[in-house]
Amino acid sequence: MTMILKWIGKTAIFALAVVALQAKASLEIVITEGVDSARPIAIVPFTFVGQNQPTQNISQIVAADLMRSGKFNPVNVMRMPQQPQNSSQFNAAAWAKTGIEAVVMGTVKEVGLDRYTINYELVDVVKANGGVGQPMMNSAGRMVAGANHILHSSEITIAGKLFRQYAHRVSDVIYEKLTGERGAFSTKIAYVLVRDKQEYRYQLVVADYDGENEQVLLRSKEPLMSPTWSPDGTKLAYVTFERKQSQIYIQDVYTARRSILTSFKGINSAPVWSPDGRKMAMTLSKDGNTEIYVMDIASKSLNKLTNHRAIDTEPNWAPDSQTVLFTSERGGNPQLYTVDINTKATTRVTFDGEQNLAGKFTPNGQAIVMVNRTNGQYNIARMDRTTRQMQVLTRTYLDESPSIAPNGSMIIYSTLHGSSQVLALVSMDGRFKARLPAVNGRVKSPAWSPFL
Amino acid sequence: MNLNKVLKGLLVAVPVLTLAACSSNNDTDAGASNEVANQPVQAVDQGMSDAEQLRQQLEALRQQNTIYFDFDKSTIRSEFASVLDAHAAFLRARTTISVTVEGHTDARGTPEYNIALGERRAQSVQSYLANLGVAAGQLSVVSYGEEKPVDAGNTEDAFAKNRRAVLVY
Repeated sequence: MTMILKWIGKTAIFALAVVALQAKASLEIVITEGVDSARPIAIVPFTFVGQNQPTQNISQIVAADLMRSGKFNPVNVMRMPQQPQNSSQFNAAAWAKTGIEAVVMGTVKEVGLDRYTINYELVDVVKANGGVGQPMMNSAGRMVAGANHILHSSEITIAGKLFRQYAHRVSDVIYEKLTGERGAFSTKIAYVLVRDKQEYRYQLVVADYDGENEQVLLRSKEPLMSPTWSPDGTKLAYVTFERKQSQIYIQDVYTARRSILTSFKGINSAPVWSPDGRKMAMTLSKDGNTEIYVMDIASKSLNKLTNHRAIDTEPNWAPDSQTVLFTSERGGNPQLYTVDINTKATTRVTFDGEQNLAGKFTPNGQAIVMVNRTNGQYNIARMDRTTRQMQVLTRTYLDESPSIAPNGSMIIYSTLHGSSQVLALVSMDGRFKARLPAVNGRVKSPAWSPFL
Repeated sequence: MNLNKVLKGLLVAVPVLTLAACSSNNDTDAGASNEVANQPVQAVDQGMSDAEQLRQQLEALRQQNTIYFDFDKSTIRSEFASVLDAHAAFLRARTTISVTVEGHTDARGTPEYNIALGERRAQSVQSYLANLGVAAGQLSVVSYGEEKPVDAGNTEDAFAKNRRAVLVY
């Protein structure tokens, strides 16, 4: 008997492995729609000066980022009239004829053992041609544009291993200068990877938004669900079935340390942090019916927001923290409702379509993104809160789990492609679409991090 | 070893079954229950040890431990009344044994909604068994939603197989 108990004890320990391993990137981004409508931009290959070229190529990473934003179309080197290293070599007239709006150019100089100085500039082609900028005389007496055609210039010295991270920062700057909206290229996504043939088939994974730097935070034999980020981007809450019932855990992304938040009888599901990070909205069925609760994380005290015998689930905080959006089938079919966390007054939000589920406020609170079911098809849709106009954004199959980039530009979601579950991206206007197939396994429950 | 044989092996007061029939809204439910109720109850074969008998009963019950649901529904279809009646009869006779009812859904809808739907299905089975006289302490439920499909396909056929509740001893 003691033997058996020992054995059980061992199995319990190994039934779950908390890990923080660097894994090979298993996601790849395949753009499926929307490049034609994007703005042409030139990312001139950065000139390298030195002996030991770093493995990561900054200009390539920046070009890929900007293309995946759906807003820019980085042109092929063949379409560039010249390859300037800096703005003093920039020939404004030559670029004016290309229709390209902006040019990024730069140099990478080896300055020590694994130390590189990176310079880059972002030039507005129209301003450089006197469109808006003030022309002035240069030292050779020629009329050239004023310095205000240089939208940004920057210099930094870093180690080679930081190139990818820095390249995403460059993309953030360029995107913001050209769109007026903060870039979200330095963000991460969390998701659940399911590898059916492995013993620990459910894995909680965090990767850069582009699928690189994949890290497995947790492996389990039992399902993992609903990862969600803390507002400061250091922790994930998720649902685990490791003890043969649903429980909500919180895990630190960097130390992998984790702690249990809830283990009530019945369902412990759909956790989501309040904007200030102090509370967690969740779905519990401890009293028999699934209801929406808000837990104060420090004291663990509960505030019950709904009280209805129908299914109530999928809470989502409005940016003002006063309202929680949720899915309820109290009207017969699942539709979206809001509840005021103080008065508990409930209002129905969606009416179009057979079902609407998994509602998420956009970061500015002006729209709601959801899973819409119309004619039996589940797609991602967006509803403007003022006009109440609903737009179906995707044409993929069995879409679920939408999560919005912190700048509101893009939605990542889970969908069926062929016979496998994959992640996909769609821009907020529905024009740009991409797929992130996994090399090995099914991918689900994506959660886009806040700005990091 | 079929279910009827198991039932015959049980020393059970069967009239409780009519309660279940009353609690159901479905006409065909009652018919199915009566059929079971009419089974003659026999004494246990003295030649078989209790442990061996239990093993055989569990084996037979595990052969028919799954009931299936319609899309987005948690009502128990009449065709599964006899399966649940057999489990209820066993549990009433074996009050030290408990069962977990697992609720599952197909892949349509969202994972979080489906966890709730799966629990509803498991709760339907739980209350059906409770109405047949099974003690509350013998029954527990867990919902896995769409997370544990038996058929990973995405055809109507696969969806139908995945919309289920499973009685696990």
